[in-house]
This record gives sequence, C-alpha cells and structure tokens, in this order.
Amino acid sequence: MPRRLLQVLLPAAIGALVIALWYGVHTWLTEDMRFLLPAPGAVLAAFRDHGSELARATLNTTEGALLGFILAVAISFAFALGLSLSPLVRVSFYPYLMILQMTPVIVFAPILVLWVGAGIKSVVVITFLICFFPLVVNTTQGLISTDRNLVELFRMYRARRLQELWLLRVPSALPYFFTGLRIAATLAPIGALVGDYTAGSSAGNGGGLGFQTIIYSSRAQYPALFATAMVTCALGFVFVAVVVSLSWLVLRHWHDSYDRADG
Amino acid sequence: MPPVVKIEDIHKIYDSGEIPVHAVRGVSLEIHHKEFLALMGASGSGKSTLMNLLGCLDRPTRGRYLLDGIDVSELEKNELADIRNQKLGFVFQGFNLLARTTALENVELPCLYGKERMTGKKMRERAMYCLEIVGLANRADHMPNQLSGGQQQRVAIARALVNQPQVLLADEPTGNLDSKTSIEVMGVFQKLNEQGITIVMVTHELDVARYCKRHLILRDGVVVRDEPTQDRSIAEIELAKLKEAETAAKLLAAGSNAH
Repeated sequence: MPRRLLQVLLPAAIGALVIALWYGVHTWLTEDMRFLLPAPGAVLAAFRDHGSELARATLNTTEGALLGFILAVAISFAFALGLSLSPLVRVSFYPYLMILQMTPVIVFAPILVLWVGAGIKSVVVITFLICFFPLVVNTTQGLISTDRNLVELFRMYRARRLQELWLLRVPSALPYFFTGLRIAATLAPIGALVGDYTAGSSAGNGGGLGFQTIIYSSRAQYPALFATAMVTCALGFVFVAVVVSLSWLVLRHWHDSYDRADG
Repeated sequence: MPPVVKIEDIHKIYDSGEIPVHAVRGVSLEIHHKEFLALMGASGSGKSTLMNLLGCLDRPTRGRYLLDGIDVSELEKNELADIRNQKLGFVFQGFNLLARTTALENVELPCLYGKERMTGKKMRERAMYCLEIVGLANRADHMPNQLSGGQQQRVAIARALVNQPQVLLADEPTGNLDSKTSIEVMGVFQKLNEQGITIVMVTHELDVARYCKRHLILRDGVVVRDEPTQDRSIAEIELAKLKEAETAAKLLAAGSNAH
C-alpha cells in the first residue's frame, strides 16, 4: 500500500479503535456506573441538545481568548524589546516575570474580580497572564541570540542602534517569536476557559465554556461535559492551526518565495 | 604616488589578562596602490592583530598609522569608524551575509549607514554595479541560502566594494571554501586588483597566497620575510588546467566503460 494512503488510513483506524474501546468500556460498566463514561451516542446527543448554548459559550470564550492572546503578543513584544537592551535590564526584570508566571491564576481570580469585575474583562486578563510569559521569554531569547558576527558587522559599519534592531535583531528573532506564539496559542483557549471558570459571569449571555462547565457539572450533565471538553479541544486546534499557518507563511516567504529557476 | 598604507614601528600590547600580551612588536610597512599582499604566519604570529590595526578596528599601543595620508593612530572611536567606512572594505571567512535578505540588499547594506546619505535608486545602481563586477548580476534577487559558498563570498566581496574603498581587507576569504571555489574567488580578487584595487589578505594557505603579488610573513609579532611572490598563480590558467584535467578524467572513465 502506498505510504501516503497509510498516513491517512492509520490515524483514522486508531480513531475508530479509540471510539470502539470507549463504547466497549461503557457497555462493560454496570448499568448504575455508566454515567462515569457516557456512550459516544450520548455525547453526540448532548451536542444536539445543548448546541445553541455551547455555540454561544464557544463564541464568548473565543472572544476572551483572542483578546487576551493579542494583548499578550503586543505587550510581550514591546517588553522583549526592552529586555533585549542589556543583561542588566534582564536581571532586574526576570525575577518578577517568574513571580508572575509562578503565581497560580486561580489565586489571582478573586482579586481580579474585585479589580475589574467578573466577566469578559477578567477572562481577558487571565488569558493575557497565561500567554505572556512564554511569549516574552522566547522573543527576548530570539532578540539576544543574533549571530555575533553579524552584530559585529553592523557595529563595524556604524549602524545605528535602531537599524541594528529592525534590520538584524527583529528578523532573526522571528523563528523564536513564532515558537512562543505557538505555545501561547495552545494556552490561550485553556486560559480563557480557566478564567471563565474562576472569574466569568453569565450576565448578558456572557458566559463561556468555563461557565458551562460549572453548570453542567452542578447538574450532573456528564455527556454535555464531554461535549464541552471536545469543543475546547477543537478551539485549541483552531488557534494552533492559525498560528502554524501564519508562521509557515511568514518564514516560508523569506526562505523560498524567491526561489526561481536560474535565468 | 604616496603609499595607501604606511605604518611606522607599530606595537600592540593587550593587557586585559593577567600577563600583558605583546602581539605586534614594531612592524613597519608600506603598501602602495595596486598592491596585492598576502599576510601570512602561524596562529599567534600577530597577523590577526595586524589585520585589525590595518582595518581600524583596533588602535595601536605605539607607533603611527597613515591611511591614505591621514594619521589614524590618534583618532577617536567614531572618527575611526567613519574613516573605516570611507576607505576600507572587508571580506570575512564566514561570508557574514544576512539571511532572508537578497544578494542585492546585502550589498546595499553598508550604504545605509555612514555620513553621506544616498537615494534608494543610487544605492541600488551602485550595488548592482558591484554585483556585476563579481559576476553575479543575474543572482541579485537570490537569498544567501540559494547561493553556493563561492557565490556567497562573491556577494560579500561586492558588499565590501560598494563604498568604493581604497583598500580591500580580506581575512581568510577562502577558509570556508573547497579548493576549486577558492581559485574562483581568488580569480575575482585578481580581476579587482587589475582594475586598480589594493588588496590585503590574511591566509595561512600557501596555495592561496600564491595568487597574491607580495608575501609578508609574520612570526612572534615581527615581520620575518617580505618578498614578491615567486612563481605566481593566475586563477584563469589554473581553472583552465582543472577543467582540462576533469575532461581528461571523464574521457578516461568513458573509455574504460566502453571496454
């Protein structure tokens, strides 16, 4: 069988196997324990029954995740530019960045609710906090990892500091930046969900997937919880896919788009 | 015509470490217009230090250095950098081209800085002219990763030419290249030299040095030999010989296959 076909068939076969196994475990459980693992059909039914509220919640979570993510990208980039200035600046700021990263968001949540109120604002801030660290660390690392020889070349030609930054350091930091972006993209939907779970609000239909999680678990609607998990997972995939294609577009452009046959 | 480079009893002592290192111990040297000098010596002989001094990348501890008639030994760091950009062009062992930037833009790079600001069009024309000189005008929009090592070094040579320097300084320019490509690059240097550019080249390979016109050999920070190149190699002839040998080898291989 051609390798190409196998590459499509095998993952599909494994997916089917997992679903079969899932169904097998479900039927193997005694009747009174089956709520622990709802049947695949029940989860599908949950998608049908809760479709509209799940769609609304997904939209709200996406909004929070996207805003927090974009905010984190913009601010982390500016911050990384500052950090790349000198080792002294980095030594001065890194401990506090670490503190920011080490403090569990769950602890922040009630304080945030006090400061900015429950709802989308808190969700955005929490997503921002979760995405910020990998972005700033990666971008800074990229900015300071420029080829030493090229930096010296620029200094030799007496390039201005700003020219060195825009013509040399920023372009060579891009692969690092995209690594940070990819990590942050996986974190953003999770951040928004956690933010919504801990500091969300359903006021004005503003509840997201985290809020639905609370509701479904309090009502013991387990198939709906499974559906929520799947939706969150899919959202994560969409985020990563967008970032991966973006990075492919940008990096490929610089490497190969000028690829032309010899004249 | 006065010499392009004139150094008088130049010394360089590094005393940053525990023991001061006397890297260059009284070198005097005149390099005239259209010379093609190979600076040779084992590692630790002071050839790199001398190259840095010639390139205005470092200031001598003692002695005088006149570059194109200007005494540069007493200049401030910024003045030194300006002189460097006006009078000198640099070629390195590792090419040092910007990735993700076309050959033409790489050549334009030195024009972006410096005192005199050029229009984009003029910059482009001059860079294109320099690429023509090194025979790569048809690769102007290629990225460095689409060029061979020899082509990359030729782009770097074009970049060194773009500010119309008095002297071209090349630090082991063939160090990263195979022998055939080395000959090609030396051919570019010979052509430039014929067109009137003064070249100083650091190398530790005698084969490569044979393409220059004058050999200067350093040991322990002093000049131990300074003589015209004997039995000078001409890149065009060497390349023709190589081609002939390759053809002969191919014929031989074809002949033995036929049996």
